[in-house]
Amino acid sequence: MSKILVIAEHLGGKLNSSTARAVSAAAAVKADAIDVLVLSDAPDAIAAEAAKIDGVSRVLTIARSDNAHALATVLAPQIAKAAAGYSHVFVPSTTFGKDIAPRVAALLGVAQVSDVMSVEAAHTFKRPIYAGNAIITVEADASHTVVATIRSASWAAAGNAASSAPIEALAIDVTLPTHTRFVELKQGSSDRPDLQSASKVVSGGRGVGSKENFEIIYKFADRIGAAVGASRAAVDAGYVPSELQVGQTGKIIAPELYMAIGISGAIQHLTGIKDAGTIVAINKDGEAPIFEIADIGLVGDLFKLIPELEQAIG
Amino acid sequence: MKILVGYKRVVDYNVRIQVKPDGTGVVTDGVKLSANPFDDIALEEALRLREKGVATEVIVVGIGPADLTAHLRNGLAMGANRAIHVVTADAVQPLTAARVFLKLIEKEQPELVILGKQAIDDDANQTGQMLAALWDRPQATFASRVDIADGKATVTREVDAGLEVIEAELPAVITTDLRLNEPRFIKLPDIMKAKSKPIDSIEFGSLGVEAHDHLRTTHYAAPAKRSKGVMVKDAAELVAALKQKGLL
Repeated sequence: MSKILVIAEHLGGKLNSSTARAVSAAAAVKADAIDVLVLSDAPDAIAAEAAKIDGVSRVLTIARSDNAHALATVLAPQIAKAAAGYSHVFVPSTTFGKDIAPRVAALLGVAQVSDVMSVEAAHTFKRPIYAGNAIITVEADASHTVVATIRSASWAAAGNAASSAPIEALAIDVTLPTHTRFVELKQGSSDRPDLQSASKVVSGGRGVGSKENFEIIYKFADRIGAAVGASRAAVDAGYVPSELQVGQTGKIIAPELYMAIGISGAIQHLTGIKDAGTIVAINKDGEAPIFEIADIGLVGDLFKLIPELEQAIG
Repeated sequence: MKILVGYKRVVDYNVRIQVKPDGTGVVTDGVKLSANPFDDIALEEALRLREKGVATEVIVVGIGPADLTAHLRNGLAMGANRAIHVVTADAVQPLTAARVFLKLIEKEQPELVILGKQAIDDDANQTGQMLAALWDRPQATFASRVDIADGKATVTREVDAGLEVIEAELPAVITTDLRLNEPRFIKLPDIMKAKSKPIDSIEFGSLGVEAHDHLRTTHYAAPAKRSKGVMVKDAAELVAALKQKGLL
């Protein structure tokens, strides 16, 4: 009898697609019930979105002004209480979930399974270690609640259900700490598709050469309707903001098309794109490691090739 | 102010990991071991806080077998005042590591604990958050900037949406992201100096920490390989290939 609580990730009043991916992982457990928990100061619209996800039994909401920002110190005690009666608590393995889930696990006195790639059985999971260079099979103790983070890139988002699941407000009586406070979120505003969920991503690396030169990547991405990403080298060099970083310590993504332009392909970067459908590499160095994992490779100068690509697309 | 720093020894990040053919683990015999890169960043940040006069003492903590002392000496050579070695032959899981740190906190009463956001061997990304929960104190994970003033830490965190700034009253746990700082290199005279710095050894068993692990690793496998790709000769050929796959 598995009963799974999935913690919804949201920002700016919108549900993040990582939530529907975590629901897919919950469905793979063949759970008897999958409930989604929305913690927010204003959960209604988010809950309505979550209720449409296929496979969801109920959406639970905790509306509190304390929940206006996703602070782990504030959310974790509420989640730990709400987890009573559930066999599993699933949280997306994004910076949101990675911050919160271990705090929940420790409050419950249980271990956490990080970055679940596949569900082998209700308490048996596969997850990557060593930057994805080894995959381990992990068995969790069946007598305890399983707290797990779900590796978004390994799971397709669950689709829409024919009818919406019921939404219920949850009253959780717990005193929340005030020792940790949200100050601000600095976000690059962009009309481009979201890097984490985009079906196409164009990434630039050190080979792009400068912040100004990165315009050619943005322009090309806009041309094909892609999100923009970058290697760690490009972020460290200040070409683009850190939220565009793809790789082991940045975002791990699985778009249908990934184009790595001027990226040599350090192992840490490759970890972030292994699950992409088609990987295209454009690099002037034919020996670059990126070509070892690319499906289609093209050796040459990116500043010459990108305009040619734009022309060829027509 | 005292700062406790987690200092884990892991397989060096340049090593290409090989899974043993029988699936019982990864090959670690004869493989180069180094400090977890995120822990080097944690130690560097603590040292800078001491150099700024914010902190007075930096203590590196390692959990592991008897030969871990050589690794802790590196932390001392980098600049830590002293080291604590929790001696155990067994690998510890994050919850157990967090419980160990909590015991050391009770003893040392630090104002700040800085840990790497994850170790590059198990990639768990849990210990700091678990420790903060058990300690019932703030956590500021994935830090790319730390300012300490007036009994609180103002921390910039690298999150998926951008950069988040939070304020945490001390004592608190901070976990480091890559861009927090660039760790210094160890100089030869510092290695000599480190020899006289104290390493306090504590038997794991004497801490009274529950060591029951809830997770059991039953199999190790190499990741699925992507099949070998093709090289195209020009932009037109690339576009044609992508159009054929329905990607453009």
